[in-house]
Formats: sequence, C-alpha cells, structure tokens
Amino acid sequence: MRNVDVQEITKIVKKLCIEACTVANDSLVESFQRSQAKEESAVGKAVFQQLLENVEIARNECTPICQDTGFTVVFMEIGQEVAFKGGLLKDAVNAGVAAGYTEGYLRKSIVKDPITNPVNTQDNTPAILHTDIVAGDKVKITVMPKGGGSENMSRIKMMKPADGVQGIRNFVVETVKNAGGNPCPPIFVGVGVGGTFDYVAYMAKKALLRPIGKRNPDPKIAEYEREWLDEVNNLGIGPAGLGGRVTAIDLFIEVFPRHIATYPVAVNIQCHANRVKSFIL
Amino acid sequence: MIKLNAPLILEDVKKLKIGDQISLSGVIYTARDSAHQKLVDLLKAGEELPFDPDGSVIFYVGPSPAQPGQVIGAAGPTTSYRMDPFVIDLMKVGMKGMIGKGPRSEEVKAGLREYTGVYFGATGGAAALLAKSITAAEVIAFPELGPEAVRRLVVKDMPLIVVNDCYGGDLYEKGVQDFRK
Repeated sequence: MRNVDVQEITKIVKKLCIEACTVANDSLVESFQRSQAKEESAVGKAVFQQLLENVEIARNECTPICQDTGFTVVFMEIGQEVAFKGGLLKDAVNAGVAAGYTEGYLRKSIVKDPITNPVNTQDNTPAILHTDIVAGDKVKITVMPKGGGSENMSRIKMMKPADGVQGIRNFVVETVKNAGGNPCPPIFVGVGVGGTFDYVAYMAKKALLRPIGKRNPDPKIAEYEREWLDEVNNLGIGPAGLGGRVTAIDLFIEVFPRHIATYPVAVNIQCHANRVKSFIL
Repeated sequence: MIKLNAPLILEDVKKLKIGDQISLSGVIYTARDSAHQKLVDLLKAGEELPFDPDGSVIFYVGPSPAQPGQVIGAAGPTTSYRMDPFVIDLMKVGMKGMIGKGPRSEEVKAGLREYTGVYFGATGGAAALLAKSITAAEVIAFPELGPEAVRRLVVKDMPLIVVNDCYGGDLYEKGVQDFRK
C-alpha cells in the first residue's frame, strides 16, 4: 500500500482551483485562434479577439477568466493500492476548495440549502466529488469549476429505444438550439448515452474532460461526434450568440451499456472558458 | 464604434440600432437575481430605490472579489432572461438600459419599445477584459448579498453591442438567421 496524507490532497485541490479559474489551457487558447480564423462573421471574429485578450489578462493578473468561478466539480481516479491517512478524503477536498476560493479571490456561488435556506456558504463548498477506483498506486485529481449559465442549458431525457440514433442526434441539436446565446458560446458539448438516469448525466459531464480534438476511440462514435458538431455549427448561433459559423468548438460523446427498455441521453453544455486542470500524485 | 454616456438620455437611446458597437462611459449600477427582487419589492412598497433610476443602466453581474489594489474582480455579464420578470417595473420608473448576455422575453422587447430603452450585450465570459473598463466600484445597497449586492460602477469605454433597440430589433434573431444553414 502507498500511504497518502490527505493534507497533500487539500494543497493540490487548492492550487488546481486557482489555476483552473485563472489560467486557460494552451489547447483552449489554440482552439480560439483556429476558430477565429474559421469564423465568417465580423462580429464573431471580434468576440474571439475579446476572448483571446481576456485569457491573456486573466493569466497575467491572476484574475478569473470569468466571474462565475462555478460549482467546483472534482474528479478523482484513485489507485486501489492507495491508503489515505490523516482525515477524511471528502473533508480534505472541501478544505482545498475553501482555501482556493478564499485565497485566490474567486467568487463564492454556492448557497446552503437550495429550498429552505439559500444563504451563501462563503467558501464555495461543498464540492461535487466523483471518485473512481482504478488500478495502481497513483491519485489523479481533476478540478472543473462549472459555471451556472451553461449548466442551466443542459438537459437529460429518457428516450425510447425506438427513437434510435436519430432521436439522440435531434435531442442534442435541439438542446444547443434552445440554449442559443445563453451558455456563452462558443461552447463545448458533452453527451452521455446509455447507463442509468444518474450515470448518463455523469458521463455527459465527464465527456467534457476530454482534450479538445480528441475523438472517441470507437470509430463509429467518433463519426457521430464529427457529424453532430457540424449540425450544431449549422445552427448559426455563433460566438456570443450573435450569429456565426462557430457555435461549438468541440462535441464529445461517451457511451455505456443500456437496459433493453431504456435509451438515456444527457447533454451537458460547457461555456467557452472550459476550465479543467489535473494533477497526478 | 459609438461613444455613449450613462445615465442615458432619450435622444441617445433613439439613435441606437441593433449591431451598433458601443463604447460606454459614465455611471452604471449592478444588480442580478436577488437584488432585482429587492429593488422591485421596494418599488411595490412605495419606497425609493438606492439609486436614481432616471436614465439608469443596469449591468447584470456578480463580480468576483477584488484582489488588493484592484477596483473590482472579474466582471462579465450573467444570463439576462432570469431578470426578465423585473424589467417592466424598473423601466416604468426610468431605467433606460441593461447590460447582459442572452436573449430577452417578448415582454421585455415590447417594454423597450414602449418605454424607449436599449439592451446591450457584453461578451459573456470576457470578465477579466470587461473589468478593465471599470474605474471605480462601490456597494450602495444590499451588502448582505455578497456578489449580488448593488454596486455603483464608474466605467470608461466599456465594449458593448446593441442587441435589442427601441424599434423592436433583435440582433440574436437576425445574426442567427444570417448564418443558419
């Protein structure tokens, strides 16, 4: 067994929260540059120019790329040979979020009880923590601060098996169409298909962790990713929703076996900030 | 690029058309979900607003905290449709402009025609860039709301675009039509 002190987890989560919110990944910046060249709308090109300047300012001044620094979603892949010491893992993750959001001057957007007591928790906790037990003795931590505007435009549907692939495609395109300019396009689209009601939404979110441009290893699913991205971009929503060629920069599909009676589909919309940072311990 | 000053005057609003690129300077106010509810509650109770509504421009934003030496943290627009139910009440007492992102309801668009107002789009997520155009910020009401408190902002050359004008124009509809395949 490899012992890991949970204080290490706290330190890493804190650092990842601040970095994710203030330093855009190089792959994202490059995708803005490619999209700007491709965009035919003059206004759309100008929006990309603003986004490029924005990430530059954020990086130089350690200011958030977007004021909505999100609900902190933390994914952990934990090697089954790891033993955590010194406290509870969940507490350590939340301590990292609290420290990152407080010391990093990030906005705290979480209210305590959604219905009866919606007062701000003051430190952006609790995080949403997804853990996966994997082989080995490493711990991979990924932090994704997820903004409210794009999350609000996400949808889930329990379709009929008879709806088939065409039904799923229509649901994906319709979700992006209905979202219009609200979720801060150019967006990223995460699609989950299969599994159960809960699992399909998890897959849609996890799909958004995939590097930009990386296709699903299944060639048929990869083909759907290309086709549906084109369909979405034919909607004409464009950068900031003001009309243009680039509505989505990428679209990722994750699949899982399904029950013979069900055909679950979930679409998680991500804004252009697409904040994701990882660390392997 | 059209230079515009806030608070807005009627003649200026009438000149604006969808697609106009604006450089806004002057004094504006921030308010989002909870603050709008409180502002409209004040009006319904017959009380005064914490700012002069005449010609006012409201920016839908909940900024991130300012670092030492900063005027304000990141300050990009939040999605506007959530504020739609409050717009008419505020326009009735003189509000002329709104800054946000995303489309508005038919009711809001009708209000812009009836009360001669304008809806500006700011680029969603360009929050570090937009913060550069804010030269002063001060909480003037509802400090308990934290990022949602009402702030008085002094802005200089804030980059905006006219999305809905007082003639019924809608840039989101037109822009998307132009590029839909």
